[in-house]
Amino acid sequence: MSTRAEALPAAPASGRPPTDWKSPDMVARVKRRYRSETIFRFIGLAALVFAVGFLALLLATMLRSGLSGFVQTQVKVSVELDPTLLELGSDRSGQALLNADYLSAYARGLRESLGPAGPDIASANGWTALREMVMADPTLLGRTVEIWVPARSAFDQYAKVGIDPDIPPELAPVSSEQIAAFERLSEQGRIRTSLNRTLLFSGDSTTPEAAGIWGAFIGSLLTIAVTLALAFPVGVLSAVYLEEFAPRNRLTDFIEVSINNLAAVPSIIFGLLGLAVFLNTMGLPRSAPLVGGLTLALMTLPVIVIAARAAIKSVPPSIRDAALGIGASRLQTVFEHVVPLALPGILTGTIIGVARALGETAPLLMIGMRAFIVDAPRSITDPATVLPVQIFLWSDNVDRGFVEKTSAAILVLLVLLLLINGVAIYLRNKFEQKW
Amino acid sequence: MSTDTLARIAGKQEAVDALPLMTARDVHVYYGQKHALKGVSIDITRENVTAFIGPSGCGKSTFLRCFNRMNDTIDNARVTGRIELEGQDIHAPEMDVVQLRARVGMVFQKPNPFPKSIYENIAYGPRIHGLAATQQEMDEIVTRSLTRAGLWDEVKDRLQDSGTALSGGQQQRLCIARAIAVDPEVILMDEPCSALDPIATGKVEELIDELRGRYAIVIVTHNMQQAARVSQKTAFFHLGDLVEYDDTSVIFTDPKESRTRDYITGRYG
Ligand SMILES: Nc1ncnc2c1ncn2[C@@H]1O[C@H](COP(=O)(O)OP(=O)(O)OP(=O)(O)O)[C@@H](O)[C@H]1O
Ligand SMILES: [Mg+2]
Repeated sequence: MSTRAEALPAAPASGRPPTDWKSPDMVARVKRRYRSETIFRFIGLAALVFAVGFLALLLATMLRSGLSGFVQTQVKVSVELDPTLLELGSDRSGQALLNADYLSAYARGLRESLGPAGPDIASANGWTALREMVMADPTLLGRTVEIWVPARSAFDQYAKVGIDPDIPPELAPVSSEQIAAFERLSEQGRIRTSLNRTLLFSGDSTTPEAAGIWGAFIGSLLTIAVTLALAFPVGVLSAVYLEEFAPRNRLTDFIEVSINNLAAVPSIIFGLLGLAVFLNTMGLPRSAPLVGGLTLALMTLPVIVIAARAAIKSVPPSIRDAALGIGASRLQTVFEHVVPLALPGILTGTIIGVARALGETAPLLMIGMRAFIVDAPRSITDPATVLPVQIFLWSDNVDRGFVEKTSAAILVLLVLLLLINGVAIYLRNKFEQKW
Repeated sequence: MSTDTLARIAGKQEAVDALPLMTARDVHVYYGQKHALKGVSIDITRENVTAFIGPSGCGKSTFLRCFNRMNDTIDNARVTGRIELEGQDIHAPEMDVVQLRARVGMVFQKPNPFPKSIYENIAYGPRIHGLAATQQEMDEIVTRSLTRAGLWDEVKDRLQDSGTALSGGQQQRLCIARAIAVDPEVILMDEPCSALDPIATGKVEELIDELRGRYAIVIVTHNMQQAARVSQKTAFFHLGDLVEYDDTSVIFTDPKESRTRDYITGRYG
């Protein structure tokens, strides 16, 4: 003990003078350190502002051109539900009501309540509302009903943005006589703006005022359900096996490299694969969410495997020791201790993969999910389309009404992705382990 | 601390001659090319607490982990030699490693409770081994284990709190309670007090003293005083060799090997 005590004051004797913390060199060094910290903070902030600015720009553009898509100009039409005009005869069965000639009654109603310009102003698809009303309440037959139907897209645009001064009058979508008729109807209180239920709750259509995203939305849900049902269990089990059970050798190294590689393969190649394997070889139905889901599952699988492996790796080894140490089997250790602790990471990775799949277009085009489909699919083998493909198809359309729809559909997709990521954050916080 | 004090402490509890519960004969361990343990033989009895001491990296943990085959979980580790538990070869094909680990429990250097409730921490082992038929039996096991580990009074009102919310010392006693809940025959402790303050250390040492005789206890420690306080048998390891194994009082007062004497008196290590 005593020798060490003596050794302490001897330290300066090594020849070095004591450090001068106030020397000009030191002061300069401290200043340099402060300066580089300030510069870094500024650069970091600039990068953040740049990134957030781009996001805000994107969102603002979408909102500006898309928000108006959520409202719709509607026209009030009075229609006499005359059984003879409907060609109903005396039969009042459901089948007869379904097949009645609503179109004629509707066309007459348009002319009589809106004047000669009526068929040009109101949507031609408005008669379907009549059918729904009569099917729901047959006592309406013989009476005159008033219904609000969407205005044709050209008038919807006219009501929302007015006349585009850049278009010469002879090419304008609406003539000045039609505009005059429209304004007269407006004065009579037969025009209103209301929430666009068509956009959210109808299938696709060739006319913008009747087109909606419902079919694509359901198609997306079914496709993602298939993707998740396949990719999640397979991905997690592969990750668990690779991390916890597989021996480390050439083969597993090769598999690891391949998986990492797969995650970087362009998505269209998975589409080609799906086309070749699922459609041509296995003969599964074209354009179906089943095939779309399988294709996207192939694409999502490596993402989930990589995320799950990272999550499993980050579980502290001491937990494995603890479980094995009291005689838990390897299987029990993995599934009762390791996987539950890795779950937040696994879920986050899965949701990121699924969100990517939800926004994927190219591979689905390859397997025929770009067909024009009006009805929402009822099962995973019905032909369907998905939201991003619907957006892609609409964006190809020059009609001003579809431009608005495209942006509105993009907003819906963005909200959906936002919800999914919100769920990811919720799940992560819920399962996250506080040590 | 002088050797006199150590002798006084060690002298209080003389080692007992008894039949060995576990025996190791000519055990070698290799980590890949590295020869970490070079032919160690030892007898562990239920009546004595056995301490493993020696400089860092000499193979204490490696040897300890042989007794419950935890080295199996290390990819490149290879163990040769014969280890028996009550005359049964633990490497024999008919020996189930899961049951072996239930019979030979382990407490680790860093407290590692499961991130679950205190109750669940204790109940997990008995549940997977089917030791409790009813909820009531399980409650009894939990209560008894926590009481034996000297933790009951501190946690009895918060059994549903997370085990990780306890203090370090409490966590380590929880780990000991978890180990004794499956009613093992041997408890292996690898530096159980290295992360604890003196008061918590004192509690764990008392606990070891109380558990003596009921379980065979093997403890690895870097703390000479601790070895002297809690053990009756001490094994000194150096560079993968078992240099000397004798009654603790002998090791600390009259070691036969000069390497042991140098280490005990703090001349190297
Ligand atoms: N997993 C491993 N892979 C390779 N070598 C290892 C491994 N574990 C331990 N070793 C080596 O084996 C030797 C003995 O290690 P061990 O952990 O048994 O030492 P120790 O006596 O417990 O040391 P300490 O007192 O520091 O805990 C050391 O040289 C160590 O480097
Ligand atoms: Mg060690």
